[in-house]
Amino acid sequence: MRNHPTVKIVTELDIVAARQLCRNVAKEVGFGVVDQARIATATSELAKNIFLYATTGEILVEKIENEDKKGIAIIAIDYGPGIENPHKLLEEGYPNKCGESEGLLGVKRLMDSIQIHSELGKGTVIRIEKWVK
Amino acid sequence: MKELKVQYEKVLLQYLLNQNESNLYIGQNLVRQLMKNNVSPEDLVSIHKQSLENILPDLPETVSISFDFLIEVMIHFGLKIKEHQSLIMRQEEMRIEMEIASKIQNLLLETKIPKPSGLDIGMVSVPVRKMNGDYVHFMHDDGNFFSVAVTDVVGKGVPAALCMSMVKYGLDTLEYANNNPSYVLEVLNRIIEKSVDDSMFVSMFYGRYDLENDIFTFGSAGHEPAFFFNSAEQTFIDLDSKGLLLGVLPEMKYSQNDIHLSENDFIILITDGVTEFKKMANFNSRSYIKELAKSIRHLSAQEMCNKIFEDLNNLQDFSLEDDFTVVIIKKY
Repeated sequence: MRNHPTVKIVTELDIVAARQLCRNVAKEVGFGVVDQARIATATSELAKNIFLYATTGEILVEKIENEDKKGIAIIAIDYGPGIENPHKLLEEGYPNKCGESEGLLGVKRLMDSIQIHSELGKGTVIRIEKWVK
Repeated sequence: MKELKVQYEKVLLQYLLNQNESNLYIGQNLVRQLMKNNVSPEDLVSIHKQSLENILPDLPETVSISFDFLIEVMIHFGLKIKEHQSLIMRQEEMRIEMEIASKIQNLLLETKIPKPSGLDIGMVSVPVRKMNGDYVHFMHDDGNFFSVAVTDVVGKGVPAALCMSMVKYGLDTLEYANNNPSYVLEVLNRIIEKSVDDSMFVSMFYGRYDLENDIFTFGSAGHEPAFFFNSAEQTFIDLDSKGLLLGVLPEMKYSQNDIHLSENDFIILITDGVTEFKKMANFNSRSYIKELAKSIRHLSAQEMCNKIFEDLNNLQDFSLEDDFTVVIIKKY
C-alpha cells in the first residue's frame, strides 16, 4: 500500500490536501463532477475524523479495477484510541457518543461501500470504495 | 436519467421563455420523477447546470463554475440534514421510551394512602419532570402501628427513579410497620451504600405512629424537617433528627425522637422541593408554609395538601423547580 499516493493528516490544512488528492484521482479515473464532489466530501469526513478523534493518521488513495468497471478506493488509517464495535457505527440509528458514527453513515451514503477495522488502543482503518457508473 | 435530463431542460427552457405559474407547476411535478429515480439534490444542480449550458451557449464561465460550488455545498448540506434527521428520530425514540418508563415507575411506586382509625392522611406528590425523584411509602398492617417514609433522591430523572425502586423494595422487605425508625434508616443506609453509585444519595424522613398511644416516633436521614402543629398551644415545632443522607457511609447510626399527638394536632412531611424557592432568595418558605397550614387547618388532610400545592405552585408562577411532595397526618 505504501506505493499509493498518501496524505498525512496532522493539521486541519491536511484535510484540504487529502480532498484535493482524492478529487484529482477521481477525475483521472473518470468520475463526473458530482461524484468527484461526493468523493472529496467523503474523504473530507474521514480526514476530519482523524484530525478530531485520533489526532494523527493518513489518507491513502488507490485506483481500482474490476472486470469492466473502474473505481476508486480511499483508505483512512489512524493510530488513535480505536472504536468499540466498529460495525455498529454503520447501522442506522445506532446511538453514538461523539458524533463520529453520524459522519461515517454519511460517508456510507456517498460511496458504494465502506469497511471498518478497529482495535481499542491501537487505531482504526476505514476503506471506502466507489465505482464509475 | 437521460430522459429526465431532457425533460428538465425542456421545462427549464419553457420557464425561461415564459415565467408563468403553470410552467412552475410543471417543474414542481418533475420532483416526483426525480425522487423515483433517486436523483439527489446535488444531481439536480448538476442537471440544471448542464441544461443551462445547452440553452445558453454563451453562459459566462463564472456562472457555470458557481454551480460546481453549489454542488459541493449541497453534498455537505445533504449530509448534515441527514444527520440532523436521524438525531431527531433518535430523540423521538427516547421520548417514547421515557414515557413507558415513567408509566412503569408510576405502577411500581404507586402509593396507597392507608386509613388507620383516628387519623386523617393526605398526600400530594408532583414530579417536575416525567420521572419522580420523590417517593412516599406507607405501611399499615392491621396491628397498632402505621408508618410513613418520605424520600427524596438527590438527582433527578431516570437514575433517580431507578434508585427509588430500590428504596421501595428495601422498605417492603421490612414487612411490619412497628420497626424503630432508627433501625429502618440503618438498614436502608446499608442497602443503598452497598448497591448504588457513589454520586447517588437519598434523604429520608421515617415516622412510625403508635395508634394506641398516639405517639409518633421519627428519624431523619438528612431530610427536610417536618412540621408538628400543636393545636392546644397553636404552635409549630420542627421535627428534625440528626442523621447523614442514606448511602454516604456504611454503618451509620440514626437517632429517633417521640412526640405525642392530641386531637386536631397534625404533622406535615415534605421534601425540599416544597421549601426551595430559588427565584426568591430572601423568602422564608418554612414560616410561610406554617402560616398557610394554620389558616387552612379546618380542612381535611387531603384538602390541605392540595391547597398547599396550589398556593406554592402559584407563588412560583407555576414553574416548580424540584419534585414536590407533601404528606399531612391529622389526629382527630
